[in-house]
This record gives sequence, C-alpha cells and structure tokens, in this order.
Amino acid sequence: MIYNEEFETLPREALESLKLNRLKQVSERVYHTVGFYKKAFDEVGVRPEDIKSLDDLKRLPFTTKQDLRDNYPYGMFAVPMSRIVRVHASSGTTGKATVVGYTKRDIDVWAELMARCFAAAGLTSHDIIHNAYGYGLFTGGLGVHYGAEKLGASVIPISGGSTKRQIMLLQDFGPTVLCCTPSFALHLAKVGEEMGVDMRTLKLRIGIFGGEPWTDKMKAEIEKKLNLKALDIYGLSEVMGPGVAMECIEARNGMHIFEDSFIVETIDPKTGQTLSPGEKGEMVFTTLTKEAFPLIRYRTRDISQLIVEPCKCGRTSVRMSKISGRSDDMVIVRGVNVFPSQVEEVIMKVEGLEPHYQLIVERQGTLDTLEVQIEVSEKIFSDEIRKLQVMEKKLTKDIKDYLGVIAKVKLVEPNSLQRVEGKTQKVIDKRKI
Amino acid sequence: MKVEQISIFLENKPGGLSLVTKTLKDANINIRALTLADTSDFGILRLIVDHVDKAKKALKEAGLAVGLTHVVAVEVPDKPGGLNGIIEILSKAGVNVEYMYAFIERSGQNAVIIFRFDQVEQAIDVLLKNGVTVLPGEKVYSL
Repeated sequence: MIYNEEFETLPREALESLKLNRLKQVSERVYHTVGFYKKAFDEVGVRPEDIKSLDDLKRLPFTTKQDLRDNYPYGMFAVPMSRIVRVHASSGTTGKATVVGYTKRDIDVWAELMARCFAAAGLTSHDIIHNAYGYGLFTGGLGVHYGAEKLGASVIPISGGSTKRQIMLLQDFGPTVLCCTPSFALHLAKVGEEMGVDMRTLKLRIGIFGGEPWTDKMKAEIEKKLNLKALDIYGLSEVMGPGVAMECIEARNGMHIFEDSFIVETIDPKTGQTLSPGEKGEMVFTTLTKEAFPLIRYRTRDISQLIVEPCKCGRTSVRMSKISGRSDDMVIVRGVNVFPSQVEEVIMKVEGLEPHYQLIVERQGTLDTLEVQIEVSEKIFSDEIRKLQVMEKKLTKDIKDYLGVIAKVKLVEPNSLQRVEGKTQKVIDKRKI
Repeated sequence: MKVEQISIFLENKPGGLSLVTKTLKDANINIRALTLADTSDFGILRLIVDHVDKAKKALKEAGLAVGLTHVVAVEVPDKPGGLNGIIEILSKAGVNVEYMYAFIERSGQNAVIIFRFDQVEQAIDVLLKNGVTVLPGEKVYSL
C-alpha cells in the first residue's frame, strides 16, 4: 500500500522540479536564519540565488557532524526556540551530543514519513506494533510511535531493555509487527528460546529493523527464528530520525528515499566529489521540508549506493542499498554510536594514561561486545594489583556514563597494540558486517 | 634502609614472562627474589635483582612497562613463630602490609622477607625500635 499516492508516485520530472523549488527555498532560508550557513556559503562564494538547477547543489558547502558539535546545542536551529516543540539528541556523545529540534510541522512531516514507511511495509490500522526502540532523546522510539499513530495502528511503547518482560508481552499482547534494532531482535529470539517460548508461533508477521548495520545473513536468521518478514529502515537524528528511507515489501530490494523531503547524493568520502548513481560512496542528505533543523549536504559517513531503476511497487523515488560501512571510524555497538575520540576523552581524563588504545568490537552469539584495550604506561603503572583494578573499574564506569555502552576495559602491555605507520588502529571490528 | 624493587606489567599470554627472563639474561642480571601477582587479564612481576639500574634500563628498552618501588627487607628468625613475631609488631603499631614475599637466600641464620608498606618510613622506624634487623639495599642485592 502507498500512504501518500500523490507524492510517492510523482513522475520523475515533477519530482525533480519540486526538489529544485524546495532546494531554492531552503538555501534562501538557511542563508538568512542560520549564522553558520551564511558564513559557510560566503566562504565558498555562493549565494542562494545561484541555485538554478539541481546540479548547482554541488556548489553548496557540506555540513559535518563536527559543524553540528561546534554549534552545540542550538546554534544550527533556523527558528526561535518558541517555535520548537521538541528536541532530540544523537546517542553516545560526550557532552557534545548533536542536538536536533523540531517544530510542530516538522513532527507532523516526520509522522507522515514514518506512516509512509509502515505502509510500505504493508502495515494497516489493524496492525499492533511492538516498539522496542528506545524512547527518550534517541529518535527511534518516538519516531516510530508518532508514525504508527498517524497510520492508525496500535502501538505498544515498550522501549528497550527488560527482555523477559518483552517476551511476555509479545505472547500476551499479540503484536503483529516488531520494531527494534536487528541485534535486539536476535537477542529476543535467543532469550525467548531459553525461556522455552516458541518464538515462531507468535503473531509477528513483519519486523522493521534499523539503527545499526546488519547483514543479509542476520536478516535470514531473524526471519527464521521469529517467523516474520524483516525489512530495513534508514534514518539518523541529524537528518530527521527513522523514516528517511524504507524498504518496500513488494520488492524488498533497497530502501526508498522520500525525495520530496530529502535530496540524496553519493560522494567520494576522500575527495568530496559527487559520484554517479550506482557507485558506492558516502550518503549525503539535504533536507527540503524541515523548518527547525534544515541541513545542507549533511555528510552521514554511511556508505551505500543508490538504485535508480524504477521499482515494481510503483514508488518513483530512488532507493539506497543496505548500509555497507562507515567512512569514518565510528562503530555502532548495540545501537549506540561509539566514536573512538569519545573513548579517548574518557581515557585522557585518567591522569597519566596515554591515549594508546584500541576498540575491539565482536559479536558473541547475538549481542555486540566492546572491549577497550589500553596500553599501560609507566606513569600509571603500579606494583599493586588493586590500584590497576580500581582504574579498570573506573574506566568501565566512565565509559558507560559518557557513552551509554558497557565496555570491558583491558590493560595491555606497552607497544602491544597493532600500529599502522606509527599510529594505533583505533577500531577493530570483528563482526564481519 | 630501603630496597629497590622492580615491577613489570605483564599480560596474561604465552611468552610474556620469557621476554623478561631473556632480557635479564642478556643483560647479565641475577634475580635475587621474585613474586608474581595476577588477575584474570594481567599480572605484575616484582623482582629484586643484583643491579637495579642496569636491569631497569634493559627492561625498558625491551618495551616493558617498568616501575620502581621501595620495599623493606627484614630478617626473620628461621624457626616456628619467627614471622609471627614480626607481624605482631607491625600489627600493634597499626602498620599495613600491602604484600610480602620470601627471599631466596638466607642472611646468616635468618630468613629474609620482603615487605611492601604504604608508609615505608614509619614501618622501618617501628621495626628498628623493636630490635628487628632491616637489611640495607646494598646488602640485599648481593646476598
């Protein structure tokens, strides 16, 4: 089913013209309302009126995560706070979270895009959605929630955690749809099995999974264990939240990007050059409808590729394939964004600790594990075991407090971490995603 | 009256110890006493050697995390109750022992125990006042 027939099936020509009009408007607006963009446009010598065709988008400057951090918390807002009705913040950042704002209209548009996602997944008002995305600053929980209500489906706002209780509700409440991260879906399956629950006989028929990278192999495993059809959803809080793109149940081949709200580009992450459709590169988004937090050419660091061929579902939008990696060294562990630089900040706070460290991410069974290995320097080294253990504990706690993720801290010998050209490799991801 | 002890951080993995022993062998260092404390992930090897500075330099050059700590070498009568007498003195004076281990060689008729205290000066003071023999570093290195 197509939720918004008019906009989702616009002929390409009309869609391009709509995108151009909206791009002109948003360029004009950010130039005059967001100090950062006036400066950024002026620096590259481009004015909003220079945008004459969609191709001129290339002339506009990029926006990076660092730009958002530099303007923490509200510096990128394009409307006064009196018009902001909600804020969210990206997960796992150390006091420099990226804060995003929404006007009433932004929330409505977001709900509609999420409703489009659900319709693309074949959901109707008869469905019951078990929403295990976290509710709170993270956009997942509330994003799904508003979209589900917009569609008229029933929502069980269970949020994350308390797995056993979730399994009880999955049995008792009879949800037909599961929304969560793919690793949590596998975790549910595993815990359910351990509890002696036949997870294949639940009423679940569709799973909408996102928020972290996952493989087709995981998809097959989830489908087998939970006896449902697993679909991929894409989004990030900076661009809006979940609902930027969604896989349709008809083709199940790539996620439809809602192009009336977002312009997508693929770029070479090293040179910043725009790539042709179909080439693998970093996804860059420009928001077309957001009032509070418009972004021009936001570099997501997510690596994917675009599919421009028409889809059999009837939607005319381009699709993006499953995220295949990152162009920076961020890792997503159990749905939390972890930047090595954040771990480094925590380590550096311990006096005398040198920043030779490495993050090792593994998948044990169904859950991701993070180990932080830190080289012991002479300054912190003690002949007393107890002092080193206290330090390990403190680091574990600090990492949990600042990043929201549980890591095992392990002290290692000096110079024992793998170095490339004298630098320690910050992340080793053994999950083979 | 203090003795310099070398401590080395070791990961719990094969080959860790052999780097230390080989380095010391190559530098022609003789180990006088040692103890290894370990957790599930790492261990700390503590050594008394005949040439402290030379040993420390060689171990550092081998890329190890090396620390230097002051410990106290105490003569303990080599008979039942010998160690107990010493511990009672410390206990009465409220001196806390972080860890201790026995020396390989004897000093005359006595055994030698290495003590690690938080308050080294205070501990030495208490021991001397109670007539216990505390061995100076130079003597310990060449026992």
